[in-house]
Amino acid sequence: MTDFTPNEMMTIAASRELSNDDVCFVGIGAPSAACNVARLTHAPDITLIYESGTVGTKPDVLPLSIGDGELCDTALFTVSVPEMFRYWLQGGRITTGFLGGAQIDKFANLNTTVVGPYDHPKVRLPGGGGAPEIASNCGRIFITMALSKRGFVEKLPFITSMGHGEGGDHRERLGMKTKGPTRIITDLCILEPDPVTKELTVVSIHRGVTREQIVDNCGWPIKFAEDVIDTPVPTEIELATLRDINARTKKAHQGNKEAA
Amino acid sequence: MAKIVSLAEAVGDNVRDGDTVAMEGFTHLIPYAAGHEVIRQGRKDLFLVRMTPDILYDQLIGVGAARGMKFSWGGNPGVGSLHRFRDAVENQWPRPLEIEEHSHAAMANAYEAGAANLPFAMLRGYIGADLPKVNPNIKQVTCPFTSEVLAAVPAIRPDVTIIHAQRADRKGNVLIEGIVGVQKEAVLAARRSIVTVEEIVDELAPPSPNSVVLPTWAVTAVSQVPGGAFPSYAHGYYPRSNAFYIGWDEIARDRESFTAWIKENVLEAGPEDFARHAGKKPAKAA
Repeated sequence: MTDFTPNEMMTIAASRELSNDDVCFVGIGAPSAACNVARLTHAPDITLIYESGTVGTKPDVLPLSIGDGELCDTALFTVSVPEMFRYWLQGGRITTGFLGGAQIDKFANLNTTVVGPYDHPKVRLPGGGGAPEIASNCGRIFITMALSKRGFVEKLPFITSMGHGEGGDHRERLGMKTKGPTRIITDLCILEPDPVTKELTVVSIHRGVTREQIVDNCGWPIKFAEDVIDTPVPTEIELATLRDINARTKKAHQGNKEAA
Repeated sequence: MAKIVSLAEAVGDNVRDGDTVAMEGFTHLIPYAAGHEVIRQGRKDLFLVRMTPDILYDQLIGVGAARGMKFSWGGNPGVGSLHRFRDAVENQWPRPLEIEEHSHAAMANAYEAGAANLPFAMLRGYIGADLPKVNPNIKQVTCPFTSEVLAAVPAIRPDVTIIHAQRADRKGNVLIEGIVGVQKEAVLAARRSIVTVEEIVDELAPPSPNSVVLPTWAVTAVSQVPGGAFPSYAHGYYPRSNAFYIGWDEIARDRESFTAWIKENVLEAGPEDFARHAGKKPAKAA
């Protein structure tokens, strides 16, 4: 078995969550890499949708932005942004939303808006974009982000998109019929919400990672499920696919350097 | 009927100090050349509207042309922060920036409501999210038939919308292709509109009966500015310069390097300087 980095393990573990039957709303960055590795390995018929309006896209290189020409060139069709959010997302046609975030709490709520008070932020982040409605309107949500104390925090300064809110049946109380976050794939382990409390719990640990490492990298006292499994290591094909698409992407994005 | 005029004339006639201005383009067909003309003409106190303010609005904010901004995602896509936007919000430099923040779904619905001449848009949105706590323009409305409570946001009605498109004919009918974003809605929601195009042709020849066409009588001004969407792209003409977006991070990080870049590439440049980006390496055919 070839050696692999934690980041590669994260992307590949995330890709395994997806299947041919998924209609997946893809966030940019780590989710986009995972979704395309899935498409290029075990889920060739997956439908990938980016919020720029591209439906059924099959990019050869990973997009830098959510609306790179590559996405439109390789899509089955492209719709306007209002149609994307109204008919396809709000219409309930998307099975899976794949999100990243700057910060997450123990109930899988996400913050990509501000660090510090909203009116006088210490750090102004880009904001929610499509996330608030992706989080509520997709059938279920996967989240992928590296485990760190900065990212996995006890209390979020701002809830950009709701996961399980205050835990328990909070989503149902607000009238939501979708499942919300069901799997959180990090570079060290995989988390799932506890079936009752909805608190994120470690269910699978990547090779070479200790429980202490996970505890030390999480901002709240993280719990482990009764049965924690070992995440299967990446296969040769998974690794080769990920490395190939990353190499193609790097080459493509640096290929046309010039000033305006 | 749209007037086919120079970009300087289009901006001079249609963009006024204090206006609410939407320069739309969802990563594609972003009207950079027109935005630069707005900076060159020294427009001020603008209230900017855009779903995805990226580098162009970073530039307008950095030169102090904006008093406020309504938006749903303010970053450099795939790269990181908009440093001029952050400097304005975090340090009030070069001036304070009033922000009205929404989600993409709400903004898209709000443009559509504006185009449809409705006062507000409703959506099943913002559930459990904090934005309604900090944005008084996110309210609730109860369905009179089912009693479901939905989010409501005011329609977007810009004084002027500016977009870039592939081409227009000599009458000023405009064709938009590829990722069409909210451009059609943004133009139809606005009092006035400016469309810059890659080329002006004898026959528009829309490729499908369902092509996105803005008729000349729904547009105020059309200007030919080849390459005018650079460093974003024009589907069928030239690709996005991801390298420029990556390089902008360093330019914009520092107030002095930003100001020097604006002087050299905006204040001492003109729309014709965009032509060198036009029609070189064509984007893959759709």
